[in-house]
Formats: sequence, C-alpha cells, structure tokens
Amino acid sequence: MSAAERILSRAVSEIIPGSIVNLGIGLPTQVIHYLPDDFDVQIHSENGILGAWKQSAPEAMDPFLIDAAGAYVSLREGASLFDSAVSFAIIRRARLDLTMIGAFEVDALGNLANWKIPGKFSPGIGGAMELAQKTKRIVVLTTHTDKQGRPKILKNCRLPLTAKICVNRIISDLAVMDVAAQGLVVREKLVQISDADLQAQTEAELTFATRGAES
Amino acid sequence: MKKNQTLENAIAAIPSGAVVMVGGFGNPGTPFSLINELVRQGQTDLTLIKNDANEPGHGLSRLIENGQVRKLITTHIGLNKGVIDLMNQGVLEVEFHPQGMLAEKIRTAGAGSFGFLTDIGIDSEITRPEDLLEWQGQTYKVEMALPADYALIHAAQADGLGNLLYQGSAINFSPLMAMAANHVIVETPDLGVPGRFKPEQVHTPGAFVDSVVPLESLTSDYGILEHHVRR
Repeated sequence: MSAAERILSRAVSEIIPGSIVNLGIGLPTQVIHYLPDDFDVQIHSENGILGAWKQSAPEAMDPFLIDAAGAYVSLREGASLFDSAVSFAIIRRARLDLTMIGAFEVDALGNLANWKIPGKFSPGIGGAMELAQKTKRIVVLTTHTDKQGRPKILKNCRLPLTAKICVNRIISDLAVMDVAAQGLVVREKLVQISDADLQAQTEAELTFATRGAES
Repeated sequence: MKKNQTLENAIAAIPSGAVVMVGGFGNPGTPFSLINELVRQGQTDLTLIKNDANEPGHGLSRLIENGQVRKLITTHIGLNKGVIDLMNQGVLEVEFHPQGMLAEKIRTAGAGSFGFLTDIGIDSEITRPEDLLEWQGQTYKVEMALPADYALIHAAQADGLGNLLYQGSAINFSPLMAMAANHVIVETPDLGVPGRFKPEQVHTPGAFVDSVVPLESLTSDYGILEHHVRR
C-alpha cells in the first residue's frame, strides 16, 4: 500500500453512518472512493452540493457537476444543489458533522496551516477557514513528513494559520494521533514502527496510547 | 423588453479598467464564450472577481495570461500554477478571501446592503486591526459588500426577459453575481420565449439581467477535462 492508500483506507472509518461530511481538496476528496456503495452519508461539497457521490460511468459523466477539487461526481437520491452563499451558510451554521482536510503544517495545539507558503505556493484560502473554524470535528489527512522528509506535525505551526485550535485528529501514513490537552496522543500505528522512530519523524512531542501494528 | 445581444456587442459594453465579476467554480458555470470574446476585444486593466482562475489556457486564465488583468479577487488558485507564478513575480495582484466570505460579500452587495459582521478569519493574518468592531461586548470583523461594474454569467437556460436557470454545480456564484453587478451579461446555449419556465423555479429573475447572448453550441471548453477523470 502506498502512503496515500494507507491514509485513505484508515480515514474512511472516521465517517459515522448518517452524518454530513465535507472532504477537502487533495487526499480527502478521494475518501469517497473507499466508501461502500450503500453507505449512509451525505457528502457536502462547498461548490454547492449536498449528496455528492462517486464518479459516474463515462457515458453518464456530467461536465457541469464537479466537486470542489474539479473531479466529476454524481448525485445520490435526495441530493440538493445550491449557490455558494447557501453552501457556506451550511458550514458556518455548523451543520457539518465532520470535515477531513489537508495540511501544510499541523501542530500539537491543533492549529492548522494549509493556505499559504509565502512567496512559494499560495493556493489560497478556498473554503478552509470556514470549514476549520465551524465544523464540529476536524480530521487532518497528511503525510507524516514533506517531500524532503521534514516533519509536518510540529510543536507550533510556522506558516500563516488557516484556523487556531481546530484539529481533533491527525491521520498520517504512519499513525493516528489525537489532539488532547497534554498534546498529541498516538492512538494507532499504521505501519510497523517503534515509538522512538515515530517520534524522530515528528517535531511535536508524542505520548503513546496505541493499539494495532505495534513494533 | 428584448435583451438578446450579439456576443460582440454585449462584450463591447465593457471598458478597460472595469471591475468584472465572473461566475463559475472551476469549469461549471464559467462563461467561456463571453471570456473568449473579452480576450479577442482586448480590454485591459481589468479587476476580476471569480472563485478561481480556471486552469492554464482556459477561461479566466486566458485573460490573465494575455496581460489584461490588473487585479484578481479570488478564493483559490491551487489548480493554476501559471497564475501563482504571476502572483509571486508581482505581475498580478491577487486578493484572497475565504470562499464563503467572498460569496457573502457579493450577496450583500446584491441585496443592496453595505456590509456584515463575522468571526471568520478574525484571528488570522487576513484580518487587520481596523477591520474589527467592538459592539455590545463582542468583537466582530466587518466585511464590506463587494459590488462590480459588470458580471459575466453562464446560464443553462434563459428566456427573452432575462429569467435564468442554472444546472448542476454551475450555480455556485452566478445568482449572487447576477444581483451584485450594475450590468449583467448572460450567455446561454438555450434561449427560449417567456413563459417557458414555471415562475417559482426561476433562479435569477430577469430584473437583474441586462443582456442575453445565445450560444449556437457549447465548445470543447465546456466539456469533460480528461485530467480530472478518475481511471
């Protein structure tokens, strides 16, 4: 399994039946493909969809129906379509149960940075500030380190923040970590790795309360 | 009250230096024909307001690549590396807003109001001290309404009075922008006669629309982007 597949196949079990869920651009939008076809969930896409579902067969693909990342989606029975003001009213009124979102950096306090790397890559805020500030539960999906192998899970974010103290859980390609009062608590390991090796790839201090894939 | 216009005449109303809202989120709702005509006519020094910059070589990106744009007010340009580079080089001024704030600023202008109070981004770097308002013991951020001179809109269907219907995820910013601009130009591949819509199903009432450009057909711009198809 690739790092992305490990994250996605673990992320899918975060979705509680009957809930309303937003999947952010990047890894999170791909979670939809890991859900069973009959799974009871309403996927909200901030471009104006409640009830988005997996890509249709080629002959039924609609060029006027995409998710926020540009992927072609279909609609489930009972879906609704609306403008961007209504879409963000749903978000700001805290009607979403869960948002899964990507990160440039995330830290031990649950701060999130994912919109701006000054002078290098600033994709923009998109829906991230409102999602991060207003969703009941935020799960970050991220590789544990960046392409250069530097930690993305930090003591304190250094990039401009998307939102303060908003993240509940981090799912990386190595572990599942909760943001708790005492800092980051490792709940599960997704690979065979020692506590020391996991800590070595993490700038934030970890405490361990693990089950699964122990070394 | 005939609002039908040719593509050329409708876009010729826009002067250089205008503030222009453009509907669409990614491809759906992007008025590619109106944009391509604006590229052809060559008005410059434009301020554009759109959720995103489309993708390189398409839609809004063509106006930017052609040097016609002074400033872009947007939410997310992550799918357009070329526009990010122009921003980093200082060639293009880019102003980012949280997506729902951009929608609400436009909606507020369209409702004839001047601003609203929010807590979105209140402790982030997008908020300046002068944006804050203390009111009855609470601190809010003031977001001002965002109007425009022109709006360019793609509608799935229209009638000769300018009543509009949108489709799929192409609704997005279009009905909001159609209310917030002083002069609203609509393109549609399906222009019919008044009475074709059930009145309660009209998305944008014709009172907001100034001209409607019928499109003979939809070009490949409006089709499936192969690189977004999951194999």
